[in-house]
Amino acid sequence: MKKFINKTDNILTESLNGFALAHSDLVSLNLDPNYLTRQQKATHKVAIISGGGSGHEPLHAGYIGYGMLDAACPGHVFTSPTPDQMLAAAEAVHAGKGILFIVKNYAGDVMNFEMAAEMLPFESATVLTSDDCAVINSTYTTGRRGVAGTVIVEKCVGSLAETGADLQTCKALGDKVNSRTASMGVALTSCTVPAAGRPTFDIDDTELEMGVGIHGEPGRRRETMREADAIVTDVVNAILDALKPASGSEALLLVNGFGATPLMELYLIYNTAARLFNDHGIKISRSLVGNYTTALDMAGASVTLCLLDDEIKQHWDSPVHTAALRWGA
Amino acid sequence: MNSSFIPSAAIAIQNTILQHESALESLDRAIGDGDHYINMKRGAQVIVEMLPELTPLTADAALNKIGMKLLSTIGGASGPLLASFFMGMAKVLKEKGDDSLSTHASAFVTGVDTIRQRGKADLGEKTMLDVLIPVANQFTAMAAQNASAKEISIALKLTAEQGMLSTKDLIATKGRAAGLGERAIGHIDPGAKSCQLMIEAVCNLIK
Repeated sequence: MKKFINKTDNILTESLNGFALAHSDLVSLNLDPNYLTRQQKATHKVAIISGGGSGHEPLHAGYIGYGMLDAACPGHVFTSPTPDQMLAAAEAVHAGKGILFIVKNYAGDVMNFEMAAEMLPFESATVLTSDDCAVINSTYTTGRRGVAGTVIVEKCVGSLAETGADLQTCKALGDKVNSRTASMGVALTSCTVPAAGRPTFDIDDTELEMGVGIHGEPGRRRETMREADAIVTDVVNAILDALKPASGSEALLLVNGFGATPLMELYLIYNTAARLFNDHGIKISRSLVGNYTTALDMAGASVTLCLLDDEIKQHWDSPVHTAALRWGA
Repeated sequence: MNSSFIPSAAIAIQNTILQHESALESLDRAIGDGDHYINMKRGAQVIVEMLPELTPLTADAALNKIGMKLLSTIGGASGPLLASFFMGMAKVLKEKGDDSLSTHASAFVTGVDTIRQRGKADLGEKTMLDVLIPVANQFTAMAAQNASAKEISIALKLTAEQGMLSTKDLIATKGRAAGLGERAIGHIDPGAKSCQLMIEAVCNLIK
């Protein structure tokens, strides 16, 4: 293992400190319990809180700021945060209109957020994201996993919350975006969890893992490496199977890097995916390409399609100002 | 449960976890994600460290405090599940307010039920519940028949062991091994193993 580390136990704290320092205009960091909030507390809106294991940066702290999250709770690498983090974050950002938790569907995250919600002295609701169409159950979940589509949910719900919408309206939009979104990933290499010190799974130079999860958990099958167009065709077909979009549907296409795949290749994937979706009568009218939901140092990428309607489009386009997403503000 | 029982149990649990490092690690590497031992060790460690705080408390208050500490320390799925167990037990001890074996059995049953609800899992899904549910049932039955603490502890150790071994031939539908399908057959569930070890360690304290 070759990584930029001082002491394995301190990676998370040092990285969080660096993030807070680099974006001191946007976020404040609290340590023990660990959570980050907006630098300027928002008022008169539903407070949106997300969180999950670390190692998926910029998810979730990179999405704190105007038009997206109010707070994020980072757990240890690939380990759910604990309820005391959510409670402290909620206490810090609650603005009188309740708390909406956005949680990726993994057993640990679901249970920890559930217990936090039960102990919370405020009204709360939860949106569970489950956009990964690769597998129904995985090493970590019951039901589909929440992956890169979570970014789209956070963006749209965050935008709606800024308008003063109430808790149930915000939750309903989150659930709707999630139900209209599907993702699938491909790994070319494993990731290495720093505390483990060795790759999470073995994969040969001539192989790829089709349908991999964002922790390196198994997907649909191990395959022999092929040319990009053939790989992307299988990913696109899986997404089409999951969403069954009507011809003429308008969509947002997100190509997400897992951490060690260059942008050059991500754009190559976008080129193929956009053409294939077009061939199926889907009009790609919004796009996002880059590292938005990573898996430490895994080489690979995921493709996400979100079927748009006027409401989703409006909230995707609205101004946002966070460390990782910024437009119109 | 006298005031020294919880500290002795916590130390016995920590010892058995530490002694079975390689067994727990290899089970978890086979069908989990390799962090079960680390999480259990971290959990046992923080409880042993907080023993001076627990000693002056009533049993229900101490168990509740243990639950809250585990909840904020372990993370992942094991944190909420183990915390639920202790907090569920604490609730019954507080309500009943006595120290009888039937109260302890009832507290154990509620602890296990709380895990079952939190994890939305049941018997036969290759999880810790394959140890805990049979043990809870037997504890209740024997307490109702006025068996002695010693007789109950001997019987529960055996039941826990049978439950742990039963996970070997199960397909996982919940927990970390879900998704592996038939690949998980032939491996004992690491959560079931650590529960069996903890029950054995606590039962060994009953003289």
